Amino acid sequence: MTVPAIELKGISKSFGPVQANKDISISVAPGTIHGIIGENGAGKSTLMSILYGFYKADKGEIWINGKKTEIPDSQAAIAAGIGMVFQHFKLVENFTVLENIILGAEDGGLLKPSLAKARRTLAELAAEYELNVDPDAVIEEIGVGMQQRVEILKALYRQAEILILDEPTGVLTPAEADQLFRILHRLKDEGKTIILITHKLREIMEATDTVSVMRRGEMTATVKTAETSPEHLAELMVGRKVLLRVDKVPAKPGKPILEIENLRVTDDKGVERVKGIDLTVRAGEIMGIAGVAGNGQSELLEVLGGMRPGSGAIRLNGAPLPLSGPGSDARARRAAHVAHVPEDRQREGLIMEFHAWENVAFGYHHDPAYQSGIFMNNAALRADTDRKIEKFDVRPADGWLAAKNFSGGNQQKIVVAREIERNPDLLLVGQPTRGVDIGAIEFIHKQIVALRDQGKAVLLVSVELEEIFGLADRIAVMFDGHIMGERLPDETDEKELGLLMAGVNGEAA
Amino acid sequence: MDKMPKWADVVLIPLISLILAAILSALVILGIGEDPVAAVNMMVSGALGSTYGWGYTLYYATNFMFTGLAVAVAFHARLFNIGGEGQAMLGGLGVAMICLYIPWPHWTMALLAACAASMLFGAVWAAIPAYLQARRGSHIVITTIMFNFIAAALLNYMLVNVMRPDGSMDPASERFPAAVHLPTLHELLAPIGISFSKAAPANVSLLVAVLACVVVWALIWRTRLGYEIRAYGHSESGALYAGISPFKITMVAMLISGALAGLMATNNVMGEAERLVLNSTEGAGFIGIAVALMGRSHPFGVFLAAILFGFLYQGGAELALWTNIPRELIVVIQALVILFTGALDNMVRMPLEKVFLALRKGKA
Repeated sequence: MTVPAIELKGISKSFGPVQANKDISISVAPGTIHGIIGENGAGKSTLMSILYGFYKADKGEIWINGKKTEIPDSQAAIAAGIGMVFQHFKLVENFTVLENIILGAEDGGLLKPSLAKARRTLAELAAEYELNVDPDAVIEEIGVGMQQRVEILKALYRQAEILILDEPTGVLTPAEADQLFRILHRLKDEGKTIILITHKLREIMEATDTVSVMRRGEMTATVKTAETSPEHLAELMVGRKVLLRVDKVPAKPGKPILEIENLRVTDDKGVERVKGIDLTVRAGEIMGIAGVAGNGQSELLEVLGGMRPGSGAIRLNGAPLPLSGPGSDARARRAAHVAHVPEDRQREGLIMEFHAWENVAFGYHHDPAYQSGIFMNNAALRADTDRKIEKFDVRPADGWLAAKNFSGGNQQKIVVAREIERNPDLLLVGQPTRGVDIGAIEFIHKQIVALRDQGKAVLLVSVELEEIFGLADRIAVMFDGHIMGERLPDETDEKELGLLMAGVNGEAA
Repeated sequence: MDKMPKWADVVLIPLISLILAAILSALVILGIGEDPVAAVNMMVSGALGSTYGWGYTLYYATNFMFTGLAVAVAFHARLFNIGGEGQAMLGGLGVAMICLYIPWPHWTMALLAACAASMLFGAVWAAIPAYLQARRGSHIVITTIMFNFIAAALLNYMLVNVMRPDGSMDPASERFPAAVHLPTLHELLAPIGISFSKAAPANVSLLVAVLACVVVWALIWRTRLGYEIRAYGHSESGALYAGISPFKITMVAMLISGALAGLMATNNVMGEAERLVLNSTEGAGFIGIAVALMGRSHPFGVFLAAILFGFLYQGGAELALWTNIPRELIVVIQALVILFTGALDNMVRMPLEKVFLALRKGKA
């Protein structure tokens, strides 16, 4: 038996009353890709932060290459040969690739020798691992896939033998993700050890040799990837059997509910983000908008939800809705029976400091049922909240709790309950399951499908292709503010959508 | 999970902050060679030891309630209204015009009209910075501060050139007619057999201030407007999502805030001075910030904090009068209280949160 590259022994860490890691032990063999999977809040990130020296474990030991190692800060982690690629890149946008790579690892006060040395090393690394990047390109001008490669190179430049990647595919197109996995395999073949943190079962199955499952701060299992299945892993993550595919009957599309013509939207900085799109969503169907984050989907939702002005024309049930000026705000949209589950529930969908019952009125606080004379009828509101909490199985079932004290999944359930229970003609949904645990995902998906089956129109924006495929009856792909094409889920695959998401038009190619 | 029980947040933290401020104040008094114990005795007996003392304490507290509420309402919309001073000055102008230029048969009608006028003048003075913030993005802290100076200059002009009686050298308006004299606590309490100091300035507008506390509480926590103000204060993007107009909330919150600050004039101009003088506000607009901070922007908290600062004001005045402790040092003591209760809140809060977490862990 070889000496493990990393061995964690009985790591425990708590934040106040919350135990984030409970007696966790894993052992990762050198030259392997080890996956760590778990729901949000399962403690994956905490564990990796301990390994990288951001947090100090309350208890437990870290052994690197058979040596007990103290890692009080990230400098010590780097010295121990650990490199980390964060979910949100830590690059200086207006620096070149080379400048970013030496940042914090300069050899002296003068930059020139460092840069020259880095240039040589980079060429060697590129040759060794097929990690090609232009050293003189400026970060803000290269794509996210390339930026991620710079992050990996940064770690390798610091002589990392162990590479930790935290949710690396969140911002990548499927093609870019495949490329990343090829790079990871190459690194593995050269003897590097890789830890891949993700909540996507597909990636675990594709990329890893062994996988550890975390649930509520505990390591529930470590298995060889070849000997397991996605269903089994999901069960280990959630603690019960879950339905990975959404159960739904074929859609019966009716008359058009939402018609969009030549819609253009400009963001706060004056950049045009939606560049003249046409789209129709019919009654009884879920229209899925796929695309890599930042290609105009958010702005599209915001305009439809009345949070931002636009130009062009939208019609709801045949009647035009104003896109700017009076009658274009979110209140008017709600009055027109458009409900909106926003992309960012913490910044938009909820007031985190408000009680759950106050949040149930959020956006609908003009509802006559919630008024009593000049005051708000808080008793009626609380009764309504209790009903919704029960129906949507929000836990803990306590309307007096502040929104911030619910888990992500239960926060989202509150938002979804509020919006769906209004029985809207059109439901706008943005990233409905981002940061939501698998159990709640299943429930939220069911609610959306149920609304569709009542003959309502749903516009779904998601960066998770799995979710798009699972829910949508039609798929439109957005890239750079344009709709690249519409497909039926049965007649397309991830590869084709991936190309569209990258801006490659199938017909033209 | 909240880190601390609510009572600790509301009672314990201000209390510890106060004690710390008191200790530091005691050290300062010791440092100039005076006896801190005697000083405390002097302050307590001077501010609370007689109905005369109480009358002054409550008079100051009334001012601070109005300005504290003004700052608190704006705080709920995450607007920092530093212009309470100027808004209160303008309120004074409104009250003076009502009292001087309209003959009133009875003080009750005059008070109602004065309330309306002071609120209107204060609100108008707050409306300009509010509009500049909401439409042009000019920072409300900067504009409200500047409007304090403009208010002072305007008042100066009005008193020197317009309202000064002919032949008078004093930049002040004429005395208000006797018909608009507001009953003092002495006059109010005498019929029910309680004898209260005749000389103390506390008057019926204390009741207006208490009423204002109740109204603000209902407004913020019981009405739809209050709901929108709080939602906007917590998250502007959330407000946009919910169809709450940031422009409307910024304007309305500042109008209410300015009106409350303006209302202070019923106490200091109509109730006490009975004429409009320069600098009638005596910094109460700024004390309101500390009062709102210490009262956690809650009307009940503002009520208590206003009484505390009323005590510090009156006790401090007594101290300056009867001891060798200079007037400036009183300001230092008041500043220490503001520093500890307002600015250094986290210094007390964070260790205390740790203590409570440790206690909870010990129990679990």
